[in-house]
Amino acid sequence: MRANKDIKSILFAGVGGQGILRASDIVCLVMMEAGMDTKKSEVHGMAQRGGCVTSHVRYGRKVYSPIAKKGVVDILVSFEKLETLRYLDFLTPQSTIIVNEKEIYPPSVNLGDAQYPGNIFETIKNIFHLVKVVNASDCAVKAGDIRTENTALLGVLSSYLQIDLSLWEKVIRKSFPEKTIAANLKAFHMGRMS
Amino acid sequence: MKSLMSGNEAIARGAYEHGVRFASGYPGTPSTEIIETFAVYDGVYAEWSPNEKVALEVGIGAALAGAKVLVTMKHVGVNVAADPLFTVSYTGTNGALVIITADDPSLHSSQNEQDNRNYAKFAKIPMLEPADSQEAKEYIKLAFDISEEFDTPVFFRTTTRVSHSKSVVALEKPKSIGDPTSIQFNTAKYVMVPMNARVRRLEVEKKLQKLKEFADNFSENKIEMNDPEVGIITAGMSYNYAKDIFPDYSYLKLGMVYPMPEKLIRTFASKVKKLYVIEELDPFIEEQVKAMGIHIIGKEVFPYTNEFDPGVIESSLKGEKTRALRLADLAIPPRPPNLCPGCPHRGLFYVLGKLKAFVAGDIGCYTLAFMKPLEGLHSCICMGASIGMAHGMSKALRGKAKGKVVGVIGDSTFIHSGITPLLNMSYNKSDAVIVICDNRTTAMTGMQEHPATGYTLQGEKTKEINFTELAAALGIESVHVIDPYDLKSTRTVLQEELLKSGPSVVISRRACVLFKRREKDERKPLKVNADTCIGCKTCVSLGCPPISWKKFDDEGAMERKKRSKKQKGVAFIDDSLCTGCTVCQQVCKVGAIIER
Repeated sequence: MRANKDIKSILFAGVGGQGILRASDIVCLVMMEAGMDTKKSEVHGMAQRGGCVTSHVRYGRKVYSPIAKKGVVDILVSFEKLETLRYLDFLTPQSTIIVNEKEIYPPSVNLGDAQYPGNIFETIKNIFHLVKVVNASDCAVKAGDIRTENTALLGVLSSYLQIDLSLWEKVIRKSFPEKTIAANLKAFHMGRMS
Repeated sequence: MKSLMSGNEAIARGAYEHGVRFASGYPGTPSTEIIETFAVYDGVYAEWSPNEKVALEVGIGAALAGAKVLVTMKHVGVNVAADPLFTVSYTGTNGALVIITADDPSLHSSQNEQDNRNYAKFAKIPMLEPADSQEAKEYIKLAFDISEEFDTPVFFRTTTRVSHSKSVVALEKPKSIGDPTSIQFNTAKYVMVPMNARVRRLEVEKKLQKLKEFADNFSENKIEMNDPEVGIITAGMSYNYAKDIFPDYSYLKLGMVYPMPEKLIRTFASKVKKLYVIEELDPFIEEQVKAMGIHIIGKEVFPYTNEFDPGVIESSLKGEKTRALRLADLAIPPRPPNLCPGCPHRGLFYVLGKLKAFVAGDIGCYTLAFMKPLEGLHSCICMGASIGMAHGMSKALRGKAKGKVVGVIGDSTFIHSGITPLLNMSYNKSDAVIVICDNRTTAMTGMQEHPATGYTLQGEKTKEINFTELAAALGIESVHVIDPYDLKSTRTVLQEELLKSGPSVVISRRACVLFKRREKDERKPLKVNADTCIGCKTCVSLGCPPISWKKFDDEGAMERKKRSKKQKGVAFIDDSLCTGCTVCQQVCKVGAIIER
């Protein structure tokens, strides 16, 4: 049985408020500009109030499902360290993981009822060949706007995708208010070079 | 021109391209963005109505005047609108009327998982169901055409994945249809007294027969013949999931899920060896196919509950689990949704939790207060239920209810369906206390306006309903306004009201921290003075995201000065998240929380 093998899947994961939906929108728009079929999916509403947020982006010749099944995601972009672990079953050992160094404590850890897992990077590096650890808030601060953390992570992602840089810049320019475009582009390039 | 659109945006766009200029609805995930997108198009009338029943009645009125009308709601909203719904199929719609029902398989943001395809059959209304954004834009036009051609309301069903996933849509030029409206009298058709309704009842059945024939030739009920070994009947997003995994099987994709195309189904069934039906939630298609005497495999292998994904379809159809990567024995702390830092609900529910009363809750962000550590809310059934339930519980408990029963409802929810049960409380001499959490907006669905915000959907100033005056007009004599950032007065007022006889209303007023018109106040993030903190965890028990607990050994700061032998750690406030609401400062017994 021939499944839709030519479809690529990227999974974004993190915590509500980290700019995950905007970031995944940008990737989808870039793929559209590059002439591919593309779909994305995430859940809005109650789930977003500080809870886990994921967004699937898929692209290729003809995309049917906007969500990837477990075990087929090519790249996981994790905006928060711990959230990486929650979605490993979407990956294969050949998948790439881009992970932000940021730690956001879940309520049970804040209350002292649970431990924030240690050795996360070591754990995933033992399974996956390609784990890229990024300090996105560092990029964002240097870019002059702490809210550009998501764009910095997109910059990292862009270095793993064969898409013309000008398309990324074009979509980023269209996706943010005039006065934050410069900072976003700067954060993007810092991520891309990191 | 191509555009990346969500299903909801595509519905609004399609309706506009097709000449629709009138829409009403009530916000509800996953339907909300349809009206928000539609409202900014040129020359349209769009409104947030106070609830779905009103929205539908507004829509019926506009349709009878000849307009093409879009009415939107989430699945449970159709329950509220069910009364007019079941009779508008009798009167017909003159102009055109399409009702969006946005279902929520997996209950991402809902209190139940009802399958509203059943409403199509129950109310005798045809239903279309798109699978992605391009289809959403095309199908909405077809839905309006069907409504006009058959003089019937038409249901348009989405699910969360269709409404909120984005895909590429080809835009077309909007067409202008001029002004189709006029007053048309037709009492035999529009006055549903028994003598007229009996006649219209027959018309409904005739219409359904015609719609069945229409379904057999409907362009969006499509057979895709590939491998004849396996045939799949499916509709909506399930089609995409199935195509993702089994692109080589044969398909009958139903664009219209009610009424079903019997001839087409028989033709398809005769062409394939093994027939499956893939549908989320109820066996809606399955039961109808089985009633035709056709052997089909459905819920024997596919789940009844939760939304599907390609993996669910693969493992159900193959009868084997997909192998997935898992880390053995790794405890991953859960991350449930939480009230935001500085959320005004936090102070209120902290106080309510301490009062040891039964708090009948309602639908909104504040429902999250049921969780640890606040645990200040004890029921949630549907919009408006808090008030009726608090009253009923208080009456049943008689004397034992004294000081122990509270109903809590948000401002938008109170407007939606809290006014009638509050009237009931004064009429039937209730003793319960009702708290209206007035955060000045419909926060949960993303900051929509409502009659008590004083602004319309388009942001125009309008009459602002005053809750104090409204409660008084409903016969509530004791009405108080509190600030939930002020814990002391919040507790005092609630305690006093609980002990009083007769119904009372407490308006807990403080704008949502995410609210756009929130008054700018110069609050600064707070910090914990680690030398004063005794590690009692009282502030931590507010469950505010910036406040965490650091054990001394975690920090490697064993030499840190302990205030008592038993002290195990200190509280810590993340200044990048803290809004400076001061609620934690007020609960701290030793004054360890201070300004930065």
